[in-house]
Amino acid sequence: MDEWNFFIHQVVPALNRGLVQSMWLILPSASIGLCLGALVGTLRAYGPLPLRKACDIYATVFRGTPLLVQLFVLYFGLPSIGIYLSPYTAAVLGFILCTGAYQSEYVRGAFLSIRRGQLLATQALGFSSMQSMLWVILPQAMRRALPGCGNEIIYLIKYSSLAYIITFIELTGEGKILAVKYFRYTEVFFAIGLYYLFMVTLANFLLTWLEKKLYIPGFGRG
Amino acid sequence: MTDQTMVLRVENISKRLGGRQILKDVSLELHRGELKVLIGPSGGGKSTLLQCINFLIPPDEGRIWLGEQQIEIHRKQDLYAYRQKVGMIFQDFNLFDHLNALDNVSIALRKVKKIARKDAEERAMRELERVGLGDKTTLYPSQLSGGQKQRVSIARALAMDPEALLLDEPTSALDPELIGEVLGVIRNLAQDGMTMIMATHQLGFIRTLADDILFMQDGQIIEQGSPAELLDAENGSRTQAFCAKLNELSDESET
Ligand SMILES: Nc1ncnc2c1ncn2[C@@H]1O[C@H](COP(=O)(O)OP(=O)(O)OP(=O)(O)O)[C@@H](O)[C@H]1O
Ligand SMILES: [Mg+2]
Repeated sequence: MDEWNFFIHQVVPALNRGLVQSMWLILPSASIGLCLGALVGTLRAYGPLPLRKACDIYATVFRGTPLLVQLFVLYFGLPSIGIYLSPYTAAVLGFILCTGAYQSEYVRGAFLSIRRGQLLATQALGFSSMQSMLWVILPQAMRRALPGCGNEIIYLIKYSSLAYIITFIELTGEGKILAVKYFRYTEVFFAIGLYYLFMVTLANFLLTWLEKKLYIPGFGRG
Repeated sequence: MTDQTMVLRVENISKRLGGRQILKDVSLELHRGELKVLIGPSGGGKSTLLQCINFLIPPDEGRIWLGEQQIEIHRKQDLYAYRQKVGMIFQDFNLFDHLNALDNVSIALRKVKKIARKDAEERAMRELERVGLGDKTTLYPSQLSGGQKQRVSIARALAMDPEALLLDEPTSALDPELIGEVLGVIRNLAQDGMTMIMATHQLGFIRTLADDILFMQDGQIIEQGSPAELLDAENGSRTQAFCAKLNELSDESET
């Protein structure tokens, strides 16, 4: 029964606390990151050349360097030029920038995959550019980007655990403290794994629901 | 069928693309109820001309009138209004993949002409019935055959109440057994007095329905006349020689 008490009175409260902190990281990072990615992806597909290049560079840098390094720069590096970020701000900012870069890749790909002929057809019917964007391009691009963007959110749920390295104590951080204190790594980390699995399953469930809701026969194949 | 009211006047259109002169000083006039056919070797500039007429490709030079009004490409609102009155049918249909047949036809009515959904859908329904697809309204492009897709795209253009239609090889992406259903629809339009200019190589169709043939080569209209004038085996026209060649090829492919 000792085992059971340890779980109920130590592990579960600590991990629940951590779960809430993780949610505080994930929800804003995922939503703002997705918006950033949508904006950057659109600019990379249709923007004026200088802006397109700038966005390409941003995406290359943030997809090409480890997230941990990005977090270190934000948290430990910026103070040397006089910018002090709290662990929370540094973590969320890092996640937004990183996930935004990946999301922009899916969004850009989705735009570029739409056959040019459909754009011609809207023009021939007298659509303005805004109208074709709104009623033909976006509804299709959204559906094409959804699987990739959803996957990226699932990655984000998992890599949000890196925040504890820059001292923001979230789910993994709480667990680690506990594991060290009681020297019970196996059980605690196993429990942490289950918590992440729970979050990912929930996200997956929502994404599948959304994909079903947006389903169109034969769309996105070929 | 034809009267003398001018619907569309195209004057001295020129276009350079990729450093080459694709259209050289092309002019034509389209009268109400007339069916003009563009014919000629591949690369002659037929598609480019049709796309210049509704400014999908902006011409370098030249002027275009719809009725009495000269179209000024830089006035966006005028351009959009003009395009609504000149329908276009593409070789590869270009239906909107995310919309079913009914919405493909009604979307421009709703979003461009701002017609209420109910009225737009009624209108779309009528047009789909007109092209023989009254029972396919809920199907998506991927669920339709090529011939059906092209008929939806014709309904989509007709729903805008166009004054003229531009058709760019509407049957050349279709399997042979599906060509007839699309040509049938176009034949009905011609007989109802729709004003059209159509690039096509369907000789039977041209012989029986074209009012005028424009033979295009190297970006110029080098011959123009009625089917009787140009297709007569005796007269030695370029058009006649080209069509004889087409006939030979299609005979070979059939045997
Ligand atoms: N964007 C472009 N850039 C450069 N050249 C082009 C472009 N579009 C078309 N062309 C060239 O213009 C010429 C005319 O093309 P167009 O498609 O108008 O011919 P067409 O008469 O419709 O031929 P087809 O019977 O094969 O459809 C071709 O030689 C083509 O290679
Ligand atoms: Mg062509």
